Amino acid sequence: MLLLIPLLPLVGFLLNASFGRRVSKPAAGAIACGAMIASFLVSLVSVFRLIALPADARAIAQQVFTWISSGDLAVAFTLRLDPLSAVMILVVTGIGSLIHIYSTAYMHEERDAEYARYFSYLNLFAAFMLVLVLGSNFLVLFVGWEGVGLCSYLLIGFWYEKKSASDAGKKAFIVNRIGDFGFILGVLLAFVHFGTLDFQEIARSSAALGPEAAFGTMSLITLLLFVGATGKSAQIPLYVWLPDAMEGPTPVSALIHAATMVTAGVYMIGRNAVLFSHAPQTLTIIAVVGVATALLAGTIGLVQNDIKRVLAYSTVSQLGYMFLAMGVGAYAAGIFHLYTHAFFKALLFLGSGAVIHALAGEQDLRRMGGLKKDLPITYWTFLIGALAISGVPLLSGFFSKDEILYRTYASGHTLLWIVGLLTSLLTAIYMFRIVFLAFHGHRAEPFADAQDRHARPPQSGSHEAAHAAHLHDAPPAMAIALVVLAVGSVAAGYVGLPQALGGSNRFEKFLEPSFTAADVRSTPDVPDDGAATEGLELGLMAVSTLVAVGGIGLAFFFFLANPRASDRVASQFPGLHRVLMHKYYVDEIYDAAIVQPIRIVSEDGLWKGLDVRVIDGAVNDVAGTVGGASALLRRLQTGSVRAYAASLFLGVVLILGYYLWR
Amino acid sequence: MTSHILSLILFTPLAGAFLLLLVDKKNENAIRWIANIVALIGFAVSIPLWFWYNPQSSVFQFVERAPWIPSIGAEYFLGVDGFSMLLILLTTMMGFIAVLSSWTAITERVKEYYIFLLLLQTGMLGAFMSLDFLLFFLFWEVMLVPMYFLIGIWGSDNRLYSAIKFFLYTLVGSVVMLLGILALYFAYHADPANGGIYTFDITRFHRYAFAPGLQWWVFLAFFLGFAIKVPMFPFHTWLPDAHTDAPTAGSVILAAVLLKMGTYGFLRFSLPILPEASRQFVPMIVVLSIIGIVYGALVALAQKDWKRLVAYSSVSHMGLVMLGMFALNPVGITGSIIQQLNHGISTGALFLIVGIVYERRHTREISEYGGLSKVMPVYAAIFLIMTMSSIGLPTLNGFIGELMILQGVFVANKIWAAFAASGIVLGAAYMLNLYQKTMFGKIENPKNERLLDLSHREFATFAPLLVLAVWMGLYPAPFLRRLETSVDHVIARVSPQYATKNLADCGTLLPAASAGAAPTAPLPDVVAQNPAAKFLASVPCDANGKPLSTSSGQAPASSGTGTDIPPPADKKPGDPQ
Repeated sequence: MLLLIPLLPLVGFLLNASFGRRVSKPAAGAIACGAMIASFLVSLVSVFRLIALPADARAIAQQVFTWISSGDLAVAFTLRLDPLSAVMILVVTGIGSLIHIYSTAYMHEERDAEYARYFSYLNLFAAFMLVLVLGSNFLVLFVGWEGVGLCSYLLIGFWYEKKSASDAGKKAFIVNRIGDFGFILGVLLAFVHFGTLDFQEIARSSAALGPEAAFGTMSLITLLLFVGATGKSAQIPLYVWLPDAMEGPTPVSALIHAATMVTAGVYMIGRNAVLFSHAPQTLTIIAVVGVATALLAGTIGLVQNDIKRVLAYSTVSQLGYMFLAMGVGAYAAGIFHLYTHAFFKALLFLGSGAVIHALAGEQDLRRMGGLKKDLPITYWTFLIGALAISGVPLLSGFFSKDEILYRTYASGHTLLWIVGLLTSLLTAIYMFRIVFLAFHGHRAEPFADAQDRHARPPQSGSHEAAHAAHLHDAPPAMAIALVVLAVGSVAAGYVGLPQALGGSNRFEKFLEPSFTAADVRSTPDVPDDGAATEGLELGLMAVSTLVAVGGIGLAFFFFLANPRASDRVASQFPGLHRVLMHKYYVDEIYDAAIVQPIRIVSEDGLWKGLDVRVIDGAVNDVAGTVGGASALLRRLQTGSVRAYAASLFLGVVLILGYYLWR
Repeated sequence: MTSHILSLILFTPLAGAFLLLLVDKKNENAIRWIANIVALIGFAVSIPLWFWYNPQSSVFQFVERAPWIPSIGAEYFLGVDGFSMLLILLTTMMGFIAVLSSWTAITERVKEYYIFLLLLQTGMLGAFMSLDFLLFFLFWEVMLVPMYFLIGIWGSDNRLYSAIKFFLYTLVGSVVMLLGILALYFAYHADPANGGIYTFDITRFHRYAFAPGLQWWVFLAFFLGFAIKVPMFPFHTWLPDAHTDAPTAGSVILAAVLLKMGTYGFLRFSLPILPEASRQFVPMIVVLSIIGIVYGALVALAQKDWKRLVAYSSVSHMGLVMLGMFALNPVGITGSIIQQLNHGISTGALFLIVGIVYERRHTREISEYGGLSKVMPVYAAIFLIMTMSSIGLPTLNGFIGELMILQGVFVANKIWAAFAASGIVLGAAYMLNLYQKTMFGKIENPKNERLLDLSHREFATFAPLLVLAVWMGLYPAPFLRRLETSVDHVIARVSPQYATKNLADCGTLLPAASAGAAPTAPLPDVVAQNPAAKFLASVPCDANGKPLSTSSGQAPASSGTGTDIPPPADKKPGDPQ
């Protein structure tokens, strides 16, 4: 049963990969969407079965086969459904299905073969992502972890004829591999330390130990695992691949680089919550890295002009929030934000995709404006998404973000809370910057001269002309996805309504078994929700509501009411503006400090210097010496009998002389 | 039939070579057909080994024994264990693929070409089967000659230089190795306990403890011979030249099988015959292996020639193989063997891949290509899968070997493992660079616009490799099972403390495992009933892995519980250094 969930998209992949080039677009799209929707239905049934179980025994496991068995190393390919993975599979298959449907319209200009290739990758991604969240041990998780990385690589570089796209794909893969370097060492250390790779066994073993006071083995394990998470989930210092990943088709950005794959690092920490809880030093690092990433990405997002890049930095920033939650031990809050974020960030990306689609590939905010009138569905759904992510009360983002900020404050990290709040302000500003620049006001320039950054195949030229004449709103397949996600962005938060607002935080209660060891119920380190804390929580909510509204107001002032003001601010701080525009020059620094030195060392130092000159030079010298010596010796072989006779005679004399002398 | 199967496998290619001698050399298609059929038969007759091999038996199987040169005690003595059985299957399969891949690539001196290819096949098979050291040496040398001609006659631009370099390099190694063999031969005779017999019998050597001083010298002698073949840094410079200039089939065989001769030699001879010296030399081998891993990868990163890049990647991969082997624990050695097979599969395939476009375009310059995905989609897909296999993507074969090696090395020494794991990053970097530059982008070179995608024959050369890559990645158990006794055999010699403790502490696990392998009691069921049992049972064994690191003199073993590791020394801020 569980196996079917990843297997169905895998079958979809195999079908489209083998026969996709020979079937029509509708058939290829139907196979892919059918596989995803079927997987979603199976997931729903599985989750209902899970919920039917008593709260403290909610787990369904299925061992598929014994994968590796050699000496100590024994790993079973086992899938396991528990509350945490239940949330994840619903997000992956649910939002995944919507994005598949959306893609059928978004990608319709591709050639048949390309269309099938796209959907085969998308299905393969879903299959690996589901393995990732269902795997019951580190290696099965790693299968998914690497598999989604491969699909991300392929989909970022989907338009492979464009150099920037294939560069971005390569960058994503390699940067992720740097994270994997840490991750795999962490896994090995965990195996040596605990003798197992099974999540539950590790949780049980580590629960038996107390939290580490100093930086010990568990701290090292968790820190190495976190290095992996910084790669996959785009945190400092490995976040640089995600903004570039926007080279991929927009639905891919929505699915992989917003809703699902990039949250894998957060999920992985949640999956090993017990282990991480016992490494407080690592948790502190995670919280600090998370909040620093949130702030850094938020500031960059303020000034970017590419609509997708703003959203990308926003994703990095929101992922930072999730890590902040993990770092302060509020695992449920982090997963809650992961879940709500999946809705509104997917919505925002798909909305931006609808804009890009309508404008025939235009992604520059400065060339947009006034789209509200022509694209009503896109506008209203996008607005809902922007309100949700900004943390406006009663929408999903409000509940989850507030939960994180509250937990941060309650755990005594006031400084982190302040930075988190500041980031929240930035979020509201840059999101509404998009809303105002793209949808309000009026178009600054006609978009007809827009350079085709979308790299559509040439036959779409006629299509562009059609677009130019009349902007059309999202076609039905896209509109459905937008509307459903908009509803989700509003409603998704209510499963986790906090007690302070009269709810019972059912989401957190549901997830709790996943964050505690099965038989060792450690007391939760979150403060008991008494009346006093309720007051605090309500107070904090009020503060963050003010911040969100203030941010929207600032965006309104700078980008709609008084557009000159933003330019003035920018020209008053030219240095700061330039630094932000260039993303703190991080890419340039990495290039100068790491990439170029490696290139020079390997090419001029190791290859042309050491390998060719020194080692091979020595080899050739030896050969040359032998050759030279034999050339000298060859002169002795004159062929003259007299010379031979003379040397013979000389030899005899020498030998006889030696004996006589003695 | 089973009693002579090894001879049958061994001499099928040789018989084919003789058959080809009789064919008129103008009749090229007949020659091609005969060579292909012989190679296919050669592969087919080796397949029963997979099924008939008994994974429980710890002795050499399918043994054939006859006097050869009685006056010096040399015998015609063949036999296989799991390790050599798998290498033999790899050889016959790659042999067939190499022959099949040459159909259109070779148009000159076709007859001689196939004769050399088949002779080479017999040489390699003989080396893997021989249990007589002199016989082994004979086959070892036999391999050299056909390979020399394959590079020298059918190679590309710089073929003569490369062929001679290959020949001399290997010859130097093997001459010194012969001295080592003779030293063992006389030392064995000199011990009166051995009854004063002269023998090259490897199985006897495996049971005899040579004097430590002698071991030290002989290890060095063998090291030179095998390290050149592997090739280990800094004896690797023949490889890029040989690979670059060899014809495609030559490169495939060279990468897939010939390099394995070196690792095979270490594992079959150095480790079990010279266990003490092997332990002493661990630091040297480890350092050279780690240099090889990083160095090979970095140099591969800088290459402009497609084949040269793959050749340097071999240096990196084989460094990992050597490192896993000299972790001197079961997981490391098993991983090392698996990785040898993987390297044969993926690097063999990568050379076939270059060969395909080389045949169409006659250039290996990476910059000559670009955008091939568009005109050759099937080719691009296969290249992608093999790239992923090479960089160790889970669900493909490379991952299993890498993981096991890293695990074995990690138990031995964490710092080594960290260095070894850097190959994960660098490997992805050079392979993806290559893939991007050749497959992605727009087609800018008009010569690439009309390149044909794979023909059916070409696809057939990849099909078995693709199947194996997925099979070994998803379900390596049949391979691992067949390697257990071979690995135990080596471990018992070289890391006895591991073997005995393993038996004592994991006694509960071992019978279960072996019972599970019996006909109808499937092991998965045992695990299914209690997945934790196997994990928990392995805890003490793993802790026992630790004392191993003392033998290397690197990390101090933590006596006591054995579950805590020494805290990283470099993390203390107040450290005086």
